[in-house]
Amino acid sequence: MTKGLTLTPTRRSVLAGMGAATAASFFPGYTNAQSSEPIRLGFQLHRTGIGAAYGRWYERTATAALARMNAAGGIGGRPVEILFEDDGTDPARGAEVFGKLATQSNCDLVFGALFSHVVIGTAPRAAELKVPYLVCSEGHHVASGMLNRWTLQPGITDVKSQVQAMAPFVTSNLGKKVTMIFPDFAFGHDHRDYFTAACAAQGGEVIAQIAIPPTETSFTRYFPQIPAETEVIYHVMVGPAVLTFVKELGEFYGSGARPQLFGFIDSLEAVDINSSGLEFLDGSHFWEAHPRYKQADASDAETAYRAAVGVDDNGASASDAADVATYSHMFSVWETLSVIKAGMEAAGYTGAADRQKLVEAIEAMTGFDEGEDHPQGAKTFNGKTHQAFGIQNITKVEGGKLVVAHKTSVEDGMYPDEVDYTSQSF
Amino acid sequence: MRDRALLSHLGLVAVLMAAHWMLPAYHHDAVAKVLVLSVYAMGYNIAFGYTGMLSLGHALFFAAGLYGAAMPLTLWGWTGGPALAAGLVAATVLAAAVGLLALRTRGVSFMIVTLMFAQAGYLTILYLGRWTRGDEGIVIAQPLRRIMGLDLSDGATRYLAALLLFVLGLLACLHLVRSPFGRVMVAMRENEERARMLGYNPFTVKLAALTLSGLYSGAAGAAYALMFGYAGASLAGVQYSILPMLWVLLGGAGTVAGPFLGCLLMFYLIDYASVITSATLLVVGVALVALVLFAPKGALGALRDRLGKEGRAWLP
Repeated sequence: MTKGLTLTPTRRSVLAGMGAATAASFFPGYTNAQSSEPIRLGFQLHRTGIGAAYGRWYERTATAALARMNAAGGIGGRPVEILFEDDGTDPARGAEVFGKLATQSNCDLVFGALFSHVVIGTAPRAAELKVPYLVCSEGHHVASGMLNRWTLQPGITDVKSQVQAMAPFVTSNLGKKVTMIFPDFAFGHDHRDYFTAACAAQGGEVIAQIAIPPTETSFTRYFPQIPAETEVIYHVMVGPAVLTFVKELGEFYGSGARPQLFGFIDSLEAVDINSSGLEFLDGSHFWEAHPRYKQADASDAETAYRAAVGVDDNGASASDAADVATYSHMFSVWETLSVIKAGMEAAGYTGAADRQKLVEAIEAMTGFDEGEDHPQGAKTFNGKTHQAFGIQNITKVEGGKLVVAHKTSVEDGMYPDEVDYTSQSF
Repeated sequence: MRDRALLSHLGLVAVLMAAHWMLPAYHHDAVAKVLVLSVYAMGYNIAFGYTGMLSLGHALFFAAGLYGAAMPLTLWGWTGGPALAAGLVAATVLAAAVGLLALRTRGVSFMIVTLMFAQAGYLTILYLGRWTRGDEGIVIAQPLRRIMGLDLSDGATRYLAALLLFVLGLLACLHLVRSPFGRVMVAMRENEERARMLGYNPFTVKLAALTLSGLYSGAAGAAYALMFGYAGASLAGVQYSILPMLWVLLGGAGTVAGPFLGCLLMFYLIDYASVITSATLLVVGVALVALVLFAPKGALGALRDRLGKEGRAWLP
């Protein structure tokens, strides 16, 4: 006679169950490692502070990418969660938020930060806690070797690559004598240094470098410093003063002849190109990683991505035409999430103990094909420098829209390695 | 023990020591940072809470300690100990130099002059971007963050090092405010002219207090660089001149432990508020307005008043 099953718990089994439940509450990291549990991704979000316009769209992009991912079965068959924490676009708070996501919320990794000072302020925490940190920052700080083995940038190219790729277009099509106008802090200095070198390599010459102090609110007094022989003005002003800068530059030149203008869309992300005061930009050129306006030859993947993140053909929210997206940058969140999925599945990721395997799996990647996972375009990934390289777009303001005038190749933006993170210990 | 003030502050140290073993990882790291920033707040309290100098430029001294330690580490290959000392010296000398000029003014003029000095320091950091990396800042690599063989990037070591710095600052401050010089500082705050009539030179006393305040601020800045591995211009901005004032006001100006309590309360106020709203600063603002209305002397100041004579004995 076999012993029948009973549903009545014994005192011993109840105590054992309570003990197990109590132990589980003390070791949430262990329980998260169980294969049925969701994978928890931390998102360091610029919800407030100077990066709030980016943060708003990065959150929407991440949410859309997450929905798509979970609808397709998650990662390795496990559902995925994203926990957003506001870092205030502040480096000190950024490091605290990273620790909170990693040690309190038990996230498997943290991703999503854009602003360089936040990334640089946070990266030491990633190395201390040995938690992967995938940034969407554009800064050269990853590939320069400044950071560490736990910090990677697989979803967007860096500024050095962008500038190098576009310099040939500027010198060949717009002019060889360039005057640079840039903010007098690190972002502007990067452009000053990289573009000056890239321009010289193409036979051009930067004939004036006009640094604008970061506290400046009016720019007219700087414009007489622009040499008369200038053929191209390269401008990378950022922040709320951009509208004033463009307006005053227009007033300075009036309706007379002016040099060609080349700028970075960073200046006008989340700003309507047809805003009052920006008329002077008509006919000028911009760098865009991902063209804001839907182009005539847009791929199916691009169309699907644009619909998924809720952006219309003009680069604004599909539900509010006045809410212009940070379209040129936000694809990096989508593509980084695709890399996370591919990396975790390649590493056979089961939990926090596999974080090192995840970094090694991403380091082993060599590139990403254009498609729904990477709608901005194909990329090469350098595992040694932890940096992606991709195509760049040069668009021209025509009829109130940004129209692609030139696409660079991936190779145009590549440069010799400056670090080999794979030789560093974990 | 007859020395109730020493007893109460040693009790705080004991609680913080016990917290080292009891706190979960996130809060353990958070309190370590609060301890370091409390030293900065203590320095501010010496100038403002005890001597009555309302400075809006203390970020200059914090940044002097921060970069005074970070730049020798990253640019010249110094080790942690000498770099820490360099941070202390940089901040102390700068505080004395600023004091020599700024203390020719008082009141609102002193606030404006110190604010201008700090803003000049902030812009200098941006201007020297080739070395400081300006707004982006610089990372101090993990192997450089060591003192006497201790790895300050390790969470447990960092907490204990932060606690050691805090205890030194706390006990030194406790001794200072109960010393004859501390009483002269308070006399300057309460009635400068009467103190002058009694034979004290306000300029000398305030210069010494401001220099000491700079030393505290620099110690916190240098420790921040070594313990958290980052130095950036945002830590020299006006926000970091305002923050120690808020911490001191919240915890209790003119109380030795108030700066720590204020810093701790502010950290968790922001931490919890950010979970429920993006209007974090609004929550902080409302809390401060409530403080001014209902406890203008800060948390410990209000407690000290409520306890009367006993309060003054326990909470100097």
